[in-house]
Amino acid sequence: QVALLDIDICGPSIPKMMGLEGEQVHQSGSGWSPVYVEENLGVMSVGFLLSSPDDAVIWRGPKKNGLIKQFLRDVDWGEIDYLIVDTPPGTSDEHLSIVQYLSAAHIDGAVIITTPQEVSLQDVRKEINFCHKVKLPIIGVVENMSGFICPKCKNESQIFPPTTGGAEKMCQNLNVSFLGKVPLDPQIGKSCDKGQSFLSEAPESPATSSYRNIIQRIQEYCDQHHFQEEKII
Amino acid sequence: LLLFLPERSNLAGVRHILLVLSGKGGVGKSTISTELALSLRHSGKKVGILDVDLCGPSIPRMFRVQDNDVHQCDSGWVPVFVDQDKSISLMSIGFLLEKPDDAVVWRGPKKNALIKQFVADVAWGDLDFLIVDTPPGTSDEHISTVEALRPYKPLGAILVTTPQAVSVGDVRRELTFCKKTGLRVLGIVENMSGFVCPHCSECTNIFSKGGGEELAKHAGVPFLGSVPLDPQLSQSLEEGRDFIQEFPKSSAFPALTHIAQQILDGTLQQSS
Repeated sequence: QVALLDIDICGPSIPKMMGLEGEQVHQSGSGWSPVYVEENLGVMSVGFLLSSPDDAVIWRGPKKNGLIKQFLRDVDWGEIDYLIVDTPPGTSDEHLSIVQYLSAAHIDGAVIITTPQEVSLQDVRKEINFCHKVKLPIIGVVENMSGFICPKCKNESQIFPPTTGGAEKMCQNLNVSFLGKVPLDPQIGKSCDKGQSFLSEAPESPATSSYRNIIQRIQEYCDQHHFQEEKII
Repeated sequence: LLLFLPERSNLAGVRHILLVLSGKGGVGKSTISTELALSLRHSGKKVGILDVDLCGPSIPRMFRVQDNDVHQCDSGWVPVFVDQDKSISLMSIGFLLEKPDDAVVWRGPKKNALIKQFVADVAWGDLDFLIVDTPPGTSDEHISTVEALRPYKPLGAILVTTPQAVSVGDVRRELTFCKKTGLRVLGIVENMSGFVCPHCSECTNIFSKGGGEELAKHAGVPFLGSVPLDPQLSQSLEEGRDFIQEFPKSSAFPALTHIAQQILDGTLQQSS
């Protein structure tokens, strides 16, 4: 049972990627109802509260924090195995607030996404430091857009070159888990644009096996974590 | 009685101010800001870049000056010049960090205060163009920057998107931000638009194609062009090199210089 909470208030992409554009949030006695992709996958995003795709959310920090609080307090998620929170880039209001508001619920950890080049890694190191600062455990780092294999000649190009060793080297240096690389695949963007599951649409893609390996590692981390918690109790 | 006189301020010598915006992260705002500055420099212009991405300041590294410090003078902060030529100058929080990996974990009010300072207290001197590079979104940084720049009548904003619908979906909201804040849209750039394999020349639309152009048409704003994915461009940015000077035959060169030319043509039209 999975819940996906989109706290990118200014740029809510999750509704479109899940094929839920145009859906609205319903209220009931028990609170806001998430929008369900499938019976075991519910989604919440500010995107569902906007009436037009052109509507802009021009809010300063405090107002964004208020909505994030509401999302956590008023959405009737039911019993869930995983709550995944998608965040905007940065180390600001949204990030501080979500960590603060979820502190009682005990966050398993953060998955950090980067692309291979140093321009990206230099920002990700800051994000890693943010996690240390707020005592948020790091499950690991994913290197996205890692290489492209030409569909015609099958040669690989490093469109975003790992000039300083990429995420793997950074993870070694910072003693953080490296979860894996995901290559570029035009089908990923297409699936997201259509709101369909890439994993179902392109089961043979190397990117699919990359994703599945990474997801497995995340699940293993969470299982281990849960086991350790239970031992403490 | 406090009299605010734009003509006596640190921005008095700046002829044109333009913002580079996007609703979406990772689409290449800093790349476009950097290449636009380099192209304008090659047309003989003096350019400044104000980097108001406080959490993820990319501009210093893109000019290989990430280790530089900022100094003070009588009128405020001295911007960092990228070379002895002094034709490009920069200001970024990147120069103010003690260590490059230090995270700026600030809420809105603190970010707003620094942005006000960045707009008022950098001694730019005479510039033809001041390019303001922003983080993605429509929040504190954007509201504060537009408010602080309003007395200086910015030329307008360039909006950057990648071709796919998920990206365009956020940039539509950025267009609304511009409308609501009275910021003129100079045009839309479709970045990462197609990749030509260096081995066999096959073109693959990795991030789809055409979304930026369609959005420009739909919104009735100029389309400034499509910039392809170009590993030499990525490499240049990594090393802080002058892509416009060193790689005139590379695939992204024509589109990038064309964007700069349209900006120049636009300012000529304005003055005539």
